[in-house]
Amino acid sequence: MFTTNVLSSVCPASPVANGVKMRDSCKEHANGTKTLTEGLRNTVVPWVDDLIAVRDDRDETAFIRVFGHFGPRVKAFLMRTGMDAALAEECAQEVLVTVWNKAHLYDASRASPSTWIFTIARNKKIDVLRKQRRPEPEDLPWGPEAEPDQAEVLGLQQESEQLGRALRDLPEKQRELIEKAYFGDLSHSEIADQTGLPLGTIKSRIRLALERLRHSMK
Amino acid sequence: MTVKHHLTDELLMAYSAGDLPEAVNLIVATHISLCDECRAALGSYDAVGGAVLDTCDTVEMSKNSLNSVLDMIHAQDSQVQDKPVSTTVQDDVLPAPLIDYIGGGLDSVRWRSAGMGVKQAILPTSKDATARLLYIPAGTAIPDHGHHGLELTLVLKGAFQDEGGYFGRGDIEVASEDLNHTPVADISEDCICLAVTDAPLKFKGLVPRIAQPFLGI
Ligand SMILES: [Zn+2]
Repeated sequence: MFTTNVLSSVCPASPVANGVKMRDSCKEHANGTKTLTEGLRNTVVPWVDDLIAVRDDRDETAFIRVFGHFGPRVKAFLMRTGMDAALAEECAQEVLVTVWNKAHLYDASRASPSTWIFTIARNKKIDVLRKQRRPEPEDLPWGPEAEPDQAEVLGLQQESEQLGRALRDLPEKQRELIEKAYFGDLSHSEIADQTGLPLGTIKSRIRLALERLRHSMK
Repeated sequence: MTVKHHLTDELLMAYSAGDLPEAVNLIVATHISLCDECRAALGSYDAVGGAVLDTCDTVEMSKNSLNSVLDMIHAQDSQVQDKPVSTTVQDDVLPAPLIDYIGGGLDSVRWRSAGMGVKQAILPTSKDATARLLYIPAGTAIPDHGHHGLELTLVLKGAFQDEGGYFGRGDIEVASEDLNHTPVADISEDCICLAVTDAPLKFKGLVPRIAQPFLGI
């Protein structure tokens, strides 16, 4: 079963007219996709503004939407890595608590919400299944001018969407191979060089975001 | 930063997926701390993980799930907000992941002699691979050591040269089983490296390991 294409639907109508923030008016929307009113005007970037609202405003309503969308996915992901349902439930809850606690580390110019939450779920998997710590690279602290500009964020998010589509469009066998690698039941040697996915563009965009960060830290 | 020798795609992807032994994770994280090129490449592999999460099935959360999560959040928020673990120790040679494993900077390393002026310190990781810091005096050669399985060597200070090229700070050599190499520390400066090898257990009994007495595995 696949999620509906997140790009195919946007929030209906124009709630801005009656002065209601789109973010709030869209919260019932089935797949959580919405048009952004703050930051990324007139663009469709699922979940970024909710995560930023959690990060900057500690917005609990936004968090509940993030929970509603990602909770069941994280739980399914953890079950695919070998956890039983009860353990996956417990761990998925902890992953979402971590999303709340570490929201200040979320950088929309370097990761889509799915990507960022994936890394938290992955670390939880390593922690619980392998009983290991996971050494992480040194953090790049936010500099005074580190706030990314909107085009940067938008570009990264759009490329993440494209990557998701490319993954869905891969031949069944190849897609399964990649999924298995990320669920942890496959060696990577055969596939790393030839995922068949367009990773070059996303890599150069993240590279640019890192340069901006480095620059602002000087 | 002028890192010339990078991680392989295979290692980056496996690190992103979380399938590597702890010691290998440590050297990957340390290289990435010194190399934005690989940090960006890792970001792209993490994005694949994000896409996998997106296309994943969904499994309904249990009934009380949201309430439990909100309770946990509220319980924490009412406590004093403890700041994220920040490494207070700064070290010119050791990036944060290593400071973490050593429990301090370079002067906290408990070196043990490995002969010929070479010193080593094994870091506490899971047993499926071994991470060690090596201190090699300037101009010293590490005797030819045929290794079995993966050997990763990351330069933290100074430089070394071998059949694979010249490796300075931040450079990582990814040597497979068939590379017989003889690293020689650059003459101008003592060399400090992080070296990671597959656990010797895995290959026990295959071939006599001449490196073992030297490295004290
Ligand atoms: Zn690199």
